[in-house]
Amino acid sequence: MAAPVLRCCCSGRRWAFACIDRGSRHGRGAPTGSWFCGKRGQRSVAQQLLSAAQKLRKGEHEWTAVVGLEIHAQISSNSKLFSGSKVHFAAPPNSLVSFFDASLPGTLPVLNRRCVEAAVMTGLALNCHINKKSLFDRKHYFYADLPAGYQITQQRLPIAVNGSLAYSICTGKKQSQVISKTVRIKQIQLEQDSGKTLHDDFRSQTLIDLNRAGIGLLEVVLEPDMSCGEEAATAVRELQLILQALGTSQAIMADGQLRVDANISVHHPGEPLGVRTEVKNLNSARFLAKAIDYEIQRQIKELENGGEILNETRSFDYKLGCTVPMRDKEGKQDYRFIPEPNLPPLVIYDSASLPANADPQQVINIDRIREQIPELPSVTREKLVQQYGMLPEHSLTLLNEVGLLEFFQNVIKETRAEPKKVTSWVLNTFLGFLKQENLAVSESPVTPSALAELLNLLDRKAISSAAAKQVFEELWRNEGKTPAQIVSEKQLELMQDREALEQLCHAVMEEHPQVVMDMKKGNPRAINKLIGLVRKATLNRADPTAMFHVPPPDAEAEPVEADGRERHTPASPHPDPAPRVLPPRDQQRRP
Amino acid sequence: MLGRTLREVSAALKQGQITPTELCQKCLSLIKKTKFLNAYITVSEEVALKQAEESEKRYKKDHSLGYLDGIPVAVKDNFSTSGIETTCASNMLKGYVPPYNATVVQKLLDQGALLMGKTNLDEFAMGSGSTDGVFGPVKNPWSYSKQYREKRKQKLHGENEDSHWLITGGSSGGSAAAVSAFTCFAALGSDTGGSTRNPAANCGVVGLKPSYGLVSRHGLIPLVNSMDVPGIFTRCVDDAAIVLGILAGHDPKDSTTIQDPIKPFMLPNLTDVSKLCIGIPKEYLVPELSSEVQSLWFKAANLFESGGAKVIEVSLPHTSYSSVCYQVLCTSEVASNMARFDGLEYGHRCDIDVSTEAMYAATRQEGFNDVVKGRILAGNFFLLKENYENYFIKAQKVRRLIANDFVNVFNSGVDVLLTPTILSEAIPYVEFIKEDNRTRSAQNDIFTQAVNMAGLPAVSVPVALSEQGLPLGLQFIGRAFCDQQLLTIAKWFEKQVQFPVIQLQELIDDHQSFKMKS
Repeated sequence: MAAPVLRCCCSGRRWAFACIDRGSRHGRGAPTGSWFCGKRGQRSVAQQLLSAAQKLRKGEHEWTAVVGLEIHAQISSNSKLFSGSKVHFAAPPNSLVSFFDASLPGTLPVLNRRCVEAAVMTGLALNCHINKKSLFDRKHYFYADLPAGYQITQQRLPIAVNGSLAYSICTGKKQSQVISKTVRIKQIQLEQDSGKTLHDDFRSQTLIDLNRAGIGLLEVVLEPDMSCGEEAATAVRELQLILQALGTSQAIMADGQLRVDANISVHHPGEPLGVRTEVKNLNSARFLAKAIDYEIQRQIKELENGGEILNETRSFDYKLGCTVPMRDKEGKQDYRFIPEPNLPPLVIYDSASLPANADPQQVINIDRIREQIPELPSVTREKLVQQYGMLPEHSLTLLNEVGLLEFFQNVIKETRAEPKKVTSWVLNTFLGFLKQENLAVSESPVTPSALAELLNLLDRKAISSAAAKQVFEELWRNEGKTPAQIVSEKQLELMQDREALEQLCHAVMEEHPQVVMDMKKGNPRAINKLIGLVRKATLNRADPTAMFHVPPPDAEAEPVEADGRERHTPASPHPDPAPRVLPPRDQQRRP
Repeated sequence: MLGRTLREVSAALKQGQITPTELCQKCLSLIKKTKFLNAYITVSEEVALKQAEESEKRYKKDHSLGYLDGIPVAVKDNFSTSGIETTCASNMLKGYVPPYNATVVQKLLDQGALLMGKTNLDEFAMGSGSTDGVFGPVKNPWSYSKQYREKRKQKLHGENEDSHWLITGGSSGGSAAAVSAFTCFAALGSDTGGSTRNPAANCGVVGLKPSYGLVSRHGLIPLVNSMDVPGIFTRCVDDAAIVLGILAGHDPKDSTTIQDPIKPFMLPNLTDVSKLCIGIPKEYLVPELSSEVQSLWFKAANLFESGGAKVIEVSLPHTSYSSVCYQVLCTSEVASNMARFDGLEYGHRCDIDVSTEAMYAATRQEGFNDVVKGRILAGNFFLLKENYENYFIKAQKVRRLIANDFVNVFNSGVDVLLTPTILSEAIPYVEFIKEDNRTRSAQNDIFTQAVNMAGLPAVSVPVALSEQGLPLGLQFIGRAFCDQQLLTIAKWFEKQVQFPVIQLQELIDDHQSFKMKS
């Protein structure tokens, strides 16, 4: 396993650390930002970490972190794994509980076919070997929201094994370097979800809601092939996209449909793996990354200070931004596994092994499920790159943001603008606005059609790109108006009368002979000044590019076309006096 | 009327010789008279009378639902019955009223059967005497039979007869006693290691353990899921076949039931046994076997032989490991199955509320008897990570060997095995309790438990009375899912032996007056 060596960490963007590959030793400073999103009261910890990192930089005590994940994804199904109760999020407490879910004595589990199909499809999409025969086991522990005193799971022989999950990490200064990584999947097992426990401290009661009890889960076990929070979070995000593409899980972390436990240890390269800790119940990608990175640093610090790591279960305190040990009782248990005697072995067929007289309703055929697998995110991204000449990191962002790809595709459908232009507008302008206001794509006040229309106006040079930004801002603020209406109301259309523009340009040049002289001497600012003056005179309606092509009144003063177009052509936003509509760059979220 | 078989009384109902309500009232009255047997935990008088009324309407319209319409039946109190308390003879489930019917109960009701009540058992069916339930022991009706009392009178003079009442065997002793004492015509038991066949033999009735997977376990509060089978008590083999025909078949609620369609179990009258091969397992000839049962067993073998059947000695070499293997597997599943009884969703809950864990502990301490607690502790020990390989896995392997023993024997051409059901006739309660539950269970299950491990059908048939005037039974073991063949052979045998009817009536009256005196 080629685990990167954690030597130091860059300041936190959204997912805190960057992982630095062993090869890239170009110096980065000690972490400048804190990992705690600027929370106060953490400085001392941050400083301790900083000193640990400084020590590491000397190269004497390099540490490798090893991260494995156990991911629980709620299966998207109409009924529960072993009972006919409906599966529905946010139903009134205990309204979706069958006799089996409440563990009434004498009730028996009946396996839900849909859940098996979801597991097989997920296994296939994750390159797993599907076990033609798998078994169910009982895992025992006493907990108030586990009515039977055991959970039915697949401990001995799970439904799918030996798969892999490929994901891509963006690194480099501008996050523009895309590195492909793979994490092995140990197994996927079917199991029951537990109910929910609510502690009412005020009345000192415990309240139990069994709506969730018995919902089908896919437990996906990722081998410890990751080495930092960002890798783990990115792998989880990729898995989430795959599950959503398959429709096997809605996989919304905020709703608890995707929950992650992380196993973390650190060791010196070349030495045996260290003692691991388990951080449980991480329910957002951000906390997952933070918790892992915190835990890695905590372990390193602990070991460097001569301490030892306990094999324990910890939880992440998102308010304090650190991991804390969970109660011992919950940590170490003997689960006393036993085969589930009420469920015969789960037998799955492929087209070759399918019995001739089998009732299609009674058997599950791996090959038929394989045929039903929809396009996976990696293929979608590949297509985007191929079809639209998009950069890989842009394709990552398009898929990572919920609904963004669909938005993009809808804009593409309705506009004549270049795909690259659309990509840039969607990923920079549109996404920037969303992030600034912390909105989801579905909450955007600007529809794909409106953006498409705006880009059409831009494409046929009806407006300048500066004006387009202005129109976009108007669209964002004033719902209901079309881009054309805004352009016309605000008189933003470009002067289409080329002759008039030429006259205007000549008049300005005549009025400012000194500036013209400067320009001729090669002062690059001079032409910008002239352009600015023309634009001012036209209330920003003059097209800077068109102006550039205005022939000088004096034929000898051939402009810069040949040698300096690149240099002198104003990069679109640069000379733009239009109001600044983008959020400050450092606040933008990058893939 | 009450002494008749199910089939006979069914015919009587059809012919209008008696109405379902009259029959129901007769049984209810007898249940009251035999209350001292402690066969029933709950008598569902109102339910039964209402069902009888419905049945009567059907008979009047000539719309009878079949053999079971209007027939009083009893159900062991570990089958869930909607609206009727289901206790498993445990404090843990006192007051627990299930909201649903076990599939087998529902099937009986769908056929118009009258549910007389829920019968007594060892707590959670853990025992072989029906002596270890929270509602007290069940008394064997034969203790009060004319046949037994007359023999005892010759032996004992002036001793307190009532203190020498006999156990029914278990754990389905209540159901066996209910059928034996004529309070119903059929009863459901459960059979995990012999819990139906053992009390059947003790009480002189037919006790059938069907093939595992033939009859739904849904609603049966489990002891050992991989061995539990609903059992059937009747007065004759034909009746058992009728009830099995109704109960058998796939249940979508029990994934371990077989999918194949089931034909009704109609037993032909076998006239010729010359094509049969009867196996006599030599390992079942144990020193503890009473000489009476042994000679009965050999007589039975001779009976087949003289009928022209081939009777051969066969070997089931792993029999001696059965008991210890059963203990590991049984207690392990018990530990798991009992985990749900935590006082939260249903059943007993203690008053302690300092913490959830303390509540669990006290609830389980108060709710279970020592037998149950002992098995839970043993099972959890076997399932510990460090013990799992050495105990549970080994026991599973031994179970496979035991099952294979039967497969080998049947593959060699044997049709059924003929064995004793239990070691001896029923013994007095005072004798029985001299040994603890575990010892007794191990002793009494030796001929029956291997069958459960192999999932085979087996039936105990009453054969003759002992010198003391007590019933003795023998067991037939069949191939998996060859229940009909098994019962056909048992029926032929039953006809040959002509087991006497228990003479109970006057002695019940006697006992009543005796009770009143004391």
